[in-house]
Amino acid sequence: MLLALLGGVLFAQDKPKVEPWVCPPGFEGQKLSVFNWSTYIAEDTIPNFEKACGVTVDYSIYESSEAMLSKIIQGNPGYDIVVPSGNTVGRMIELDLAIPLDKSLIPNFANVSEALRDPSYDPGNVYSIPYQWGTIGVGYNREKVGYEITSWEQVWNYPGKVAWLNDPRAIMGIGLHLLGFDPNSTDADEIAQARDFLISKGGNVVAIAGDDGQVLLERGDVDITIEYNGDIVNLGYECECDTFAYVVPEEGSVIWVDSMMIPKDAPNVALAHAFIDYILHPQVGADISNYTTYASPNQAAIDLGLIEEVYLNDPAIYPDEKKLERLFSIDHVGSEVEVIYSNAWDELLIFLGR
Amino acid sequence: MLEAQARRRQQRSGLLLALPAIIWLGLFFLLPLGIVGVFSFLTREAAGIVSLPFTLEHYERTFGVFSVVLWRSVWISVVSTVICLLIGYPLAFFIATRQNNWVRQLCLFMVVLPFWTNFLVRTYAWRILLGDQGTINAILQGLGLIDAPLTLLNTPFAVILGLVYGFLPFMVLPIYASVDRFDFKYVDAAHDLGANDIKAFFRVVLPMTLPGVFAGSALVFIPCVGAFVTPDLLGGTQGLMIGNLISRQFGQSLNLPLGSALSVTMMLIVMVALLAYVRLGNRRLGG
Amino acid sequence: MSAAQTVQQSFSSEVKTRTFEVNERQLSLDRLVRRIGKVGLLFNPIFSFFFLWAPILVLVIFSFNDSRSVATFSGFTLRWYLNIFSGAVGAGDNFSTALLLDSLRNSLVIGVIATLISSVIGTMVSLALSRSDFPGKRVLDAVLYLPVVIPEITQGVSLAVFFNAIFGWWNMTTGQRVSMGLETVIIGHVAFTISFVAVVVRARLADMNPKLEEAARDLGANEWRTFWAITFPLALPGIIAGALLAFTLSLDDFLVTFFTSGAGTNTLPVFVYGLLRLTVTPEINAISTIMILASTLLIGISLALQGRNAVRG
Repeated sequence: MLLALLGGVLFAQDKPKVEPWVCPPGFEGQKLSVFNWSTYIAEDTIPNFEKACGVTVDYSIYESSEAMLSKIIQGNPGYDIVVPSGNTVGRMIELDLAIPLDKSLIPNFANVSEALRDPSYDPGNVYSIPYQWGTIGVGYNREKVGYEITSWEQVWNYPGKVAWLNDPRAIMGIGLHLLGFDPNSTDADEIAQARDFLISKGGNVVAIAGDDGQVLLERGDVDITIEYNGDIVNLGYECECDTFAYVVPEEGSVIWVDSMMIPKDAPNVALAHAFIDYILHPQVGADISNYTTYASPNQAAIDLGLIEEVYLNDPAIYPDEKKLERLFSIDHVGSEVEVIYSNAWDELLIFLGR
Repeated sequence: MLEAQARRRQQRSGLLLALPAIIWLGLFFLLPLGIVGVFSFLTREAAGIVSLPFTLEHYERTFGVFSVVLWRSVWISVVSTVICLLIGYPLAFFIATRQNNWVRQLCLFMVVLPFWTNFLVRTYAWRILLGDQGTINAILQGLGLIDAPLTLLNTPFAVILGLVYGFLPFMVLPIYASVDRFDFKYVDAAHDLGANDIKAFFRVVLPMTLPGVFAGSALVFIPCVGAFVTPDLLGGTQGLMIGNLISRQFGQSLNLPLGSALSVTMMLIVMVALLAYVRLGNRRLGG
Repeated sequence: MSAAQTVQQSFSSEVKTRTFEVNERQLSLDRLVRRIGKVGLLFNPIFSFFFLWAPILVLVIFSFNDSRSVATFSGFTLRWYLNIFSGAVGAGDNFSTALLLDSLRNSLVIGVIATLISSVIGTMVSLALSRSDFPGKRVLDAVLYLPVVIPEITQGVSLAVFFNAIFGWWNMTTGQRVSMGLETVIIGHVAFTISFVAVVVRARLADMNPKLEEAARDLGANEWRTFWAITFPLALPGIIAGALLAFTLSLDDFLVTFFTSGAGTNTLPVFVYGLLRLTVTPEINAISTIMILASTLLIGISLALQGRNAVRG
């Protein structure tokens, strides 16, 4: 609380570098429904948008791209904005579940970093615009583990309690990668091998965390968790201690980009465009990244110095060149192959930790 | 003639009274169950929809890899039911044999009140208690009984504890009703005939309160098999139950036919267990 | 009865074969057993009540704890409670006071409407089953018990599949979009509470003296009059008990709601589940304590009402 206040004072004093975002007229009294990951937005992002546009926002959360997609796929129950990761963006496009974006309504798209535009799963950003990006790695409790973790092998062999992330494609991708296969393999036999490999390495797994590995780690229920980087990094900054560390193992791991999309049958497409433009505003984007400690795709926010120095210089948030080489992305492989992955994940859940 | 007319009128009014329930249960209970039954034989489409042709694939998976979790669900439920019975019977017996009406009401109130608290909250309380840095480990370590925290959370043990805690009142109340109805003159008679307490209990009291035991066991066993919240919050990987996997098929991987097949199988397991139980009960009670 | 008789017979035959000395030793043994039994019978409720209440007490105590820990109590605070009402809950982007109140309102709306519908339907079907004969009565009797014995998750799942199929078909034929929401949750709750209402009301109707209704009819009252003048007032305690049960089941239900609610229709249990899964803040303990307090008040009020009814009846 005090920190937030201090932060607010600091911002007010020496960072009035951008004009605040202005809402296009005509939205007063309307409603927007946003469906986003848990722990993935700043506290004032939604209230400020509501104030700027005079609208009300229904904000709901999910804990995996799968869970989000399973709601949309059965007929959009009324969401205007969803924020899937790369492979799910591809799936939504393939299944005709997304609405093409009108870039003329999103002038702030110019703020998006060149490197993150035009992804393989959505050439030309027709349907999706980056929200935040990051990595998947290992969060661990230094005091309990007693040494620095640098490799996946150490995670598999750890004698204490471990949690994995409920992100089937990412975890299977890591398994495939460690076996020397393409992490986006479409070969049923390779996927089966990765599944068996992971089951054999998962004897110490006590829980599959649905985007709440940081909670298990903080509460002491596990000593090591596979998680998205921001959630663990945030824990470290919040407790102002060295207890919690985040590492991308040397064998390599996953890099991901989550993107905003407007799902088919969204009730308020126009307001959804305004919301995307709002998120891409340098100050708004910076506020989100400063709060969630994920990396911002907003080049303008970085160039204007709106992202706090500490975070920009933290290699756990913005990996350096050398680390980037070790990272691979999870790509769209088509729904038929996704079924193979999902079945493999069922089997992994059944036999894990025994 | 007049009587037949009256009967027909009474039949018609009876049917009329029953009609709303017939329609509602038919439309929103039996029909959905039927659809799930049909879905369980259909083919899964990649886009999350189902289609013809009919297939037994989902039942093959259910009785193949998923059988591990099916069996775990059954044994966890059986153990939870037995523990509920072992705790619940003496408790119900104690309450029902209090002479003071006020004390009896208070005891019942003490059993029922936690039951009125939201089920999720009660389950969450155990998460606080059982954690490595939770209350139980803190107390045990404070007393110097253990050095390192015990692993309690994310185990089948935690799930059984949560289920017993959640459904104990279901066991106590029917048994209480049975014992309350029981006439203790039979025990005096047994004593007069030379039976000691143990014999009197097992040969007179227990057989005559069996209806309560059977009802209570069924009421505990059924929700245990289909449990989702308890294993989800307390079970981790080793306490995974069939309810979690069913929910996953509908909420995440969107494999409706497999989820349907798992649901149908679970329902059949419960039905078969209940039928066997009722059979056993009838033989015991019927003599 | 017959069981008890056979038991008595078997006792008497055994007594005859006993010798005096064995009885003497047996007697002291029996006294020991009785003493152990008495102690055991006292120990069990003490243990049971502790088991039932300790988790709740821990939750309540630590909701006032001046630290995030649930292991040591470091001081008294009302901070977590104040946070709930000011909406300043730390780590959770899924919490706001408005969302909490919203889910509470949804729960009450669903609970009241579902209870009203299922009480009426449940009472009607109980009357039909206990007062008249019609074709298919036995089948209905069996079906009525099914929702009680089928796991809730199966009911939730089947309703989800059913609504999706119906809405998908509706969308295809008319082009109109319909999705799950409050209405579907209410439909689901009515479907599984009818049976519970019926069980309770039928028990009450079975206890009533049918002569009273016959007498009313003999005195010239028609069916309608008889019902309102005799049957309904006498069945009312049963109907109220059934309705209360239905309301409780509806308020506490998680699984059926979880599967039949659409976007933004959180009930209190579904909302709390989201919090439990994804938040670690001590505010959860405070919210839980408030919920415990609310249900204690509710049961207290209902008991007081029932007590007064019992005195009057």
